[in-house]
Amino acid sequence: MVRTPALLRWTLRLVVIAYLLLLVAWPVSLVVRNTFADGFDALSTAFADAHVVHALELTAVVALVSVLINVVFGVTVSLLLVRHEFPGRRLLSVLIDLPMSVSPVVVGLALLLVYNPRGGWFGEGLASSGVQVIFSTPGMIMATVFVALPLVIREVVPTLQEVGDEQEWAARSLGASGFQTFTRITLPSIKWAVIYGVVLSLARSLGEYGAVKVVSGNIVGRTQTATLVVEERYQNFDQATAYATAFLLASAAVACIVVVAFLRPKHSVS
Amino acid sequence: MTIAPTLERPGRATRKRRPARAVNALSRSSSLALGVSLVWFSLLVLIPLAAVAVQATTGGWDGAVKVLSNPQNWAALKLTLLEALGVTVLNVVMGTTIAWVLVRDRFRGAAILDVIIDIPFALPTIVAGLVLLSLYGPQSPIEVNVASTRAAVFLALAFVTLPFVVRTVQPVLEELDTDVEEAASSLGASRLYTFRRVILPSLVPAVVAGAGMAFARGIAEYGSLVLLSGNLPFRTEVISVRIISYIESGNPAAASVLAALLLLIALLVITALDLVQRRVTKRW
Repeated sequence: MVRTPALLRWTLRLVVIAYLLLLVAWPVSLVVRNTFADGFDALSTAFADAHVVHALELTAVVALVSVLINVVFGVTVSLLLVRHEFPGRRLLSVLIDLPMSVSPVVVGLALLLVYNPRGGWFGEGLASSGVQVIFSTPGMIMATVFVALPLVIREVVPTLQEVGDEQEWAARSLGASGFQTFTRITLPSIKWAVIYGVVLSLARSLGEYGAVKVVSGNIVGRTQTATLVVEERYQNFDQATAYATAFLLASAAVACIVVVAFLRPKHSVS
Repeated sequence: MTIAPTLERPGRATRKRRPARAVNALSRSSSLALGVSLVWFSLLVLIPLAAVAVQATTGGWDGAVKVLSNPQNWAALKLTLLEALGVTVLNVVMGTTIAWVLVRDRFRGAAILDVIIDIPFALPTIVAGLVLLSLYGPQSPIEVNVASTRAAVFLALAFVTLPFVVRTVQPVLEELDTDVEEAASSLGASRLYTFRRVILPSLVPAVVAGAGMAFARGIAEYGSLVLLSGNLPFRTEVISVRIISYIESGNPAAASVLAALLLLIALLVITALDLVQRRVTKRW
């Protein structure tokens, strides 16, 4: 192995550590410190606030439903893309990545233009039949599903390609039904990819801000999610609650990363 | 070298011959699944994005020009593109360095650095803004206050785009054969020459891909800037903030013009990346 001179190695190491410390580690640790500046006061005040509790519950519901939708959609589309031939397959695989490159604000605007009860393409019709999408939970779920859409597919497609279809063919030739093949052969082999996809989507869904801000209308106590609480409280000089809510969101995000970091090496061995 | 491909070729050929037509053509249930998925994807993504394009053109060419020539929008557009470009350059340098250190340098705590890289991916953007504000804002413990300046925009973008170049370059560096470097140096190449002629060429496609993603993310950023940049017109306002202002003031046509422009730039970046990647895979 070509040895890098010690001086260069140490310089690069220190530069990288300093950069990551100043940009990420130190700022993130300050949120923990600011939250617990007065012990558990900030957290208990936040949990005593009905609006904050409602926002946390709403965030959890929206995130869970969104992840569920994205898992079903993601696994289905991945199977179709990898295991089947149909016209437009290449186009679909390009389009499916599109949501990753769309600004959250544009996502919100796009949904607003179609589903707004006042003047939206479908919104007026839906509103007259009693379905409200914008400024209520369905719209927030759609916005969240949109921004996290490719995450499951990006994990599952390469795994499906890697495991190949020999075992599925063997199962089918031995008389297994399509459903049996899926639950007994396909699903176990992509299990870890689906789990990463779920964890990554969950992190993304809990933290969505821009798109949800546009479609929710940000109505306090009704359509306000946790990320919107952080903004509103910080700007209204209730820093303690802002930090407490941010701390909860950051903890969930870091937990998600740590879970993925622990799962990954295990997967590559098996 | 010569045995591996011959061993592999028959396997690949049979795998290629088998799918398609006969059995892997769509069965009735998979046609249904495809139909439902396409309807959902259209309702969620394609139709709404088409609505942005349609709404952007309702004012005709003149309407679009009017929105784009508005000095406040123009200033925001210029700031967004310049800041995203600057952050992309920073990421090319720092991202590659970080990836190199993570792959080639062994020291205690390297695993922690590896986890830290992913934090900006998972941290909610509004929390990212708050987090940066607590170290670089008015209550900074190190007395550095960049809140509501252009430096704050740069800081926020550097934070949210951190993982892209690192995560695209890292796997390539891991697979890079150190034998080639050894061969180069045993043949008398200097360290710098080896880096320039051996390591760098194989990293370029990955760096370009990461840089493209970082740029696309940079021009689209909104959440982390809300608390940090102060959104001052002509000074720290980015294009996403202009879109939000137009939406909130009930001018979806103008918002759509700017949104369509953002979509167009993102599309150009994706296409360019696709071209770069295809040229590279062809060469391999």
